Amino acid sequence: MILIQAPFLNLQALLDGIMVGAIFALAAYGMALVWGVMNIINVCQGEYVILGGYITFAIYKAGIHPVAGLPIAFITLFLLGYILYRLIVFRVVDKDMFISILATFGISITIQQVMNMIFGSQVETALSGFGTIFFFDGNITIALIKLFSFVISVLGAIAVIIFMKTSKMGRAIRATAQNARAARILGVDTEKVYTFTYALNAAICGLAGSLVAMTYTLHPYIGLPYTVRSFMIVIVAGIGNIPAVLVSGLGLGAVEEFSSYLIGTEFRIAVVFILLVLILVYRSRKLAKKREYLK
Amino acid sequence: MMSFDKKETSALTFLVLLGLLAPTLFPSYRIQFSELWLFMVYASTWNIQGGKMGYNTFGNIMFFGLGMYICASTQIAYSFPLAEWTEAGGVKTFVHTVEQYFIGLPLGLVLAAIIPTIVAAFLGYFILGLRGHYFAICTLGIGIASGELATSMTIWGGGQGMTVPIWPKVDGQDVEFLGGSVNFFYTLSFILFLCTYFFLRWLFSTRFGLILTAIRDNEDKAEAMGVPTMRYKVSGWMVSAFFMGIAGAIFGNINGYIEPTEVAFAGATVGIYMVLMAILGGKGTLWGPILGAFIFQLFKEFFWTYFLGWQRVALGLLIVLIVVFFPEGIMGWLRREKPEWFGEIVDKKARLAQVTIKTND
Repeated sequence: MILIQAPFLNLQALLDGIMVGAIFALAAYGMALVWGVMNIINVCQGEYVILGGYITFAIYKAGIHPVAGLPIAFITLFLLGYILYRLIVFRVVDKDMFISILATFGISITIQQVMNMIFGSQVETALSGFGTIFFFDGNITIALIKLFSFVISVLGAIAVIIFMKTSKMGRAIRATAQNARAARILGVDTEKVYTFTYALNAAICGLAGSLVAMTYTLHPYIGLPYTVRSFMIVIVAGIGNIPAVLVSGLGLGAVEEFSSYLIGTEFRIAVVFILLVLILVYRSRKLAKKREYLK
Repeated sequence: MMSFDKKETSALTFLVLLGLLAPTLFPSYRIQFSELWLFMVYASTWNIQGGKMGYNTFGNIMFFGLGMYICASTQIAYSFPLAEWTEAGGVKTFVHTVEQYFIGLPLGLVLAAIIPTIVAAFLGYFILGLRGHYFAICTLGIGIASGELATSMTIWGGGQGMTVPIWPKVDGQDVEFLGGSVNFFYTLSFILFLCTYFFLRWLFSTRFGLILTAIRDNEDKAEAMGVPTMRYKVSGWMVSAFFMGIAGAIFGNINGYIEPTEVAFAGATVGIYMVLMAILGGKGTLWGPILGAFIFQLFKEFFWTYFLGWQRVALGLLIVLIVVFFPEGIMGWLRREKPEWFGEIVDKKARLAQVTIKTND
């Protein structure tokens, strides 16, 4: 009811949702990459996001403008992803999927705790100092930093698509995703492709996290919701359907924003997880129906 | 029929002796021993899904937390209004008499077994249609969502949590029923472990156990052969929920204090411990999870205190180490190294001549 009575609130929720959704979509790109190429569900996705955020926050604390954190988080997380792949993840690439889920879950617990020890468990934000624009006599507000992060997310997503389409590495990645064995036979160094993909995923997450730090809040233990959001976005979009990731990311952001207007922000995390269960159940029902039809 | 071979008999005798003697031999470690028996229950029931059925779940913690909350609120609500109890901080204001306590507790235990079982039946019908990693992530979501929802339940004290009724007193003295609070819950945990063990042992030896294995090996084929797989999967989950509910109820009483995300729906500790213990011991076997729980509890009690503040880091690294380097578990390793222990006849020459073919895809 409240939605019909308050058109401005509607528009506000939609705008906020779309702008936060772009960040989710950015993290989801990384997950889609790793999932598609290496057949691994990277559970520590959210921890990479939060870690990227904390790096930006550290830069902000050091007195530098947090926007400088974007490239630094990107590069640091790229290196971290590289190291973790070389240490751990390459051992689980062609194993049972549950093994990789558990292994990355272990990594995520470790990163969480290390962040908790370094940065403390209070909620933090890196203030960008950007202003806010008002529309309709202040009924609609857009924080410029949200707009900025939206633009950066979309640009990042487009850059990933262009990279995958045009560069040599992008071609190798796509070939490996289609058929790793055939790619290997044709001379693609798949191990290198895997390493690069995983590191790139971490770097993308770092970029998203940097935006999260400036736009929203950071806390050591809120990584998992980001993982689950990425997972949801990827399965709604369909694995391998890169452009749809952006659309479903924006959709998820809008749904979340509306739900927190309707039933309260304290349920936000619960909504994310319940939505996950609902989407998965709906999907399996649909598949079951298709199976019955085939019978 | 049940027949025990020599190794199993000796292992079981060891556990029973340990269970009976531990309270007298190590009186100051009774709580740790109760935890040990409960750990064995967690790992063994996780093993029904993760090991036998091939459905790796992170969601069994939900039944644990549900059982804990249901038992505690029944214990309280049997005698006092629940909302006032949580508001007043529980034990400070209200005191259970002996009679109230010992009627409320069994009632709570029974409900803590039944309600999670019903929830498992209902939920399982919806989500056990998911396969593989979708199921794993979905149950991970369920475990966390239940914790978040419990946080918003004001009648259970929300994020603050609630206290569990304390052991009743007569004239300022603890009641000497079965040796007082700690011994009483120790005995309950031990009995629960024995029940779980014998029930699962029987279950795995029946057609039901065979069907669970068939589902793990090839679900579509099992379905094609006329097995109503969904019914079996749901029943398997109900068994887990039943024992996890009781285990949660007992643990709530041992702990004395319930809180949604760290105690009851503790996906990052107990929820992952049970997976770890089952994998460490060797999933899919009856004794693997028990062995894994034993080793894990020993490790946890001896070394956890040295990792002050680093426990979670140690846990994360332990998960990575076990999963990456030792996914077959102790039982799997033994089976590979000493097949004759498992009653397999081995031709040494043929074994040496074996060539493993490694595929990459």
